[in-house]
Amino acid sequence: MSSRRFVITVIGLDRVGIVAGISRVMAEHMVNIVDIRQTLMDDLFTMIMLAEVASENVDLTAFQEAMSAIGTELGVQVIVQHEDVFRFMHRI
Amino acid sequence: MLIHPEEILETINMVTNEHLDIRTVTMGINLRGCCHPDIAVFNKNIYNRILRCAENLVKTTEDIQRLYGIPIINKRISVTPIAIVAESCQAEDFCAVAETLDRAAYEAGIDFIGGFSALVQKGMTPGDLKLINSIPQALASTHKVCSSINVATTKAGINMDAVAMMGHIVKQTAGLTRDRAGIGCAKLVIFCNAPEDNPFMAGAFHGIGEPDCVINVGVSGPGVVNAAVRALQNPNLGEISECIKKTAFKITRMGEMVGKEVARRLNAQFGVLDLSLAPTPAVGDSVAAILEAMGLESCGTHGTTAALALLNDAVKKGGSMASSSVGGLSGAFIPVSEDEGMIRAVQRGSLTLDKLEAMTCVCSVGLDMIAVPGDTPASTISAIIADEMAIGMINKKTTAVRIIPAPGTKVGDMVEFGGLLGTAPVMPVHNFSSEVFISRGGRIPAPIQSLTN
Repeated sequence: MSSRRFVITVIGLDRVGIVAGISRVMAEHMVNIVDIRQTLMDDLFTMIMLAEVASENVDLTAFQEAMSAIGTELGVQVIVQHEDVFRFMHRI
Repeated sequence: MLIHPEEILETINMVTNEHLDIRTVTMGINLRGCCHPDIAVFNKNIYNRILRCAENLVKTTEDIQRLYGIPIINKRISVTPIAIVAESCQAEDFCAVAETLDRAAYEAGIDFIGGFSALVQKGMTPGDLKLINSIPQALASTHKVCSSINVATTKAGINMDAVAMMGHIVKQTAGLTRDRAGIGCAKLVIFCNAPEDNPFMAGAFHGIGEPDCVINVGVSGPGVVNAAVRALQNPNLGEISECIKKTAFKITRMGEMVGKEVARRLNAQFGVLDLSLAPTPAVGDSVAAILEAMGLESCGTHGTTAALALLNDAVKKGGSMASSSVGGLSGAFIPVSEDEGMIRAVQRGSLTLDKLEAMTCVCSVGLDMIAVPGDTPASTISAIIADEMAIGMINKKTTAVRIIPAPGTKVGDMVEFGGLLGTAPVMPVHNFSSEVFISRGGRIPAPIQSLTN
C-alpha cells in the first residue's frame, strides 16, 4: 500500500441528495475528497471520487460499512477501494 | 484525476459481473524442522509450526480483500511432502498425520491444506509407501487435507509400479467415501512433472527447493476472458489472442499486487503468481464458454484442441509480461465438474474422455474432476493415469489426473460434490482391458530429448 488514497465509486439511479449524503459520511470519517467526477452511463448515475483518509490507521471496515449503509439508504451501490488496484491493473 | 473513470468501471465490472477473483492465497510452509521418530511428537511439532506461521493468514487476506475490494475466495496452506518429513516416524501408517493437518487447518480457519504427498517418479522409499497406503483412510477421515503423488517426470520417466498402485488407491479412496459420492478422490491428484510452488488444490505442496515460508497466489478469471472475447466484433483468431493476452495481463497485475501485500504484512516471502483460468460452476465463468465464444458450436467438437492451445498460450504470454513472478501451473484448467460449459458439453455428447485427453496436451494440468462409473477396474484407472503421464513426460509439461470412480454410479448419472467442486456427469471409459499392460510394472524410461518429430 503506497498511499492513503481511495477510489470511491457510486453507481445507481440519479436522485436528489446523492452527493450530499455520500460526502456527509465521508466528512464524518475525516475522509477528504481530492477529485470528483460524474458521468451518466446507460442511464446510470456514476460518480467517481478520489479520496484521502486522514491517517493510515483509519478504521477502513467502519468507513466501508458506513458508506454501504448510506448507499442502501440512497438506493445506490457504493464501493470503496484502495487506488492501487486501478494503478496496478491498468498501468505499467 | 490520474486514473481514468473507464478503467475504474472496467475493474469494477470484472469483479461484480464477470466473477474476477483471487482464487487462492496459499501459504507454503516448510516442515523439515519438525521430524521426530515418535509420531506423536512429530504431529505436535507440525501442528505448532503450521499455526505459528499461519496465525494471521486468514485475517490478513480478509483485510486485503477489504482494502482493494477484490474477493479472495480461498485461503490455503501447502506443506513439505509428508512422506519426506514423516519418513523417520516409527508408525504403521500416517493417518494420524493427516488428522493433525486437518485439525491445524480448522484451527487456522483455512479452506484446504495440501501436502499429504510423495514424489515417487523413480521409486519408493518406505515412507513413500506408508504414505500412499494411508491415503484412502486419511482422505476419508479428514475434510480439508489434500493429497498428491508425483509418479512421473520428463527426466525420470514413469514409475509404472506406482501407477498400478494408484489405480487401487483411487478405487479404495472412492470406496471409503462412498457415502459422499467418492469425494475423497476429489482431494487426490496424480502428477507428472508436479510444480513445487503451485497454489491450487488438490495438487499444492511446498517443494523441497522452496523457502521457509512463502505466499503463492492463484488468480482466476475465465468469466472476464469470456466476456472480453464475446465483446469483439467479428474478430480473427489473431485478434482474439491479442484480446486474451491483454485481459490476462490485467488479471495478473492485480494478483501480483495482492500477493506482495499479503506477503509483506505476514513477513513471508512472495513466491509466485499463478494465473490459471479456473472455472467455477457459475454461468459464464467457464473455459468451455471461451472456446465456444471463439466459434465452436459445442466444446469438444473438432477444433477444440486448437482453440484451447490459442487460449492457453495467450494466457501465459499476457501473464508473463505482467509479472516476473509467474509460476505454478499458469494456463487454462479444464475440470469437468467445476465448469458449467464442460458439463453441458458432456451431456450433449460433444465432449468425451478421449477428447479431454487430447486437450490436456495443450493446456494446463490434465484430466481433472472426471467421474467414471463406480465399477471401473483399477487397472483401467491406472491406464488412464499412464496415458496422461505419458503426455506430460513427452511434452515436458505438468499433467495430472483427478478421477472419481463414483461408487454405485453408471454412465449418464450426475454426481454432486457441492461448492467449487461442482457436479460431475459420469463419463464412459473404454471397456477393453488394460489389465495385462498395467500388471507388467517396472518403469517407462525417460524419453529422448532430441529427434523431436
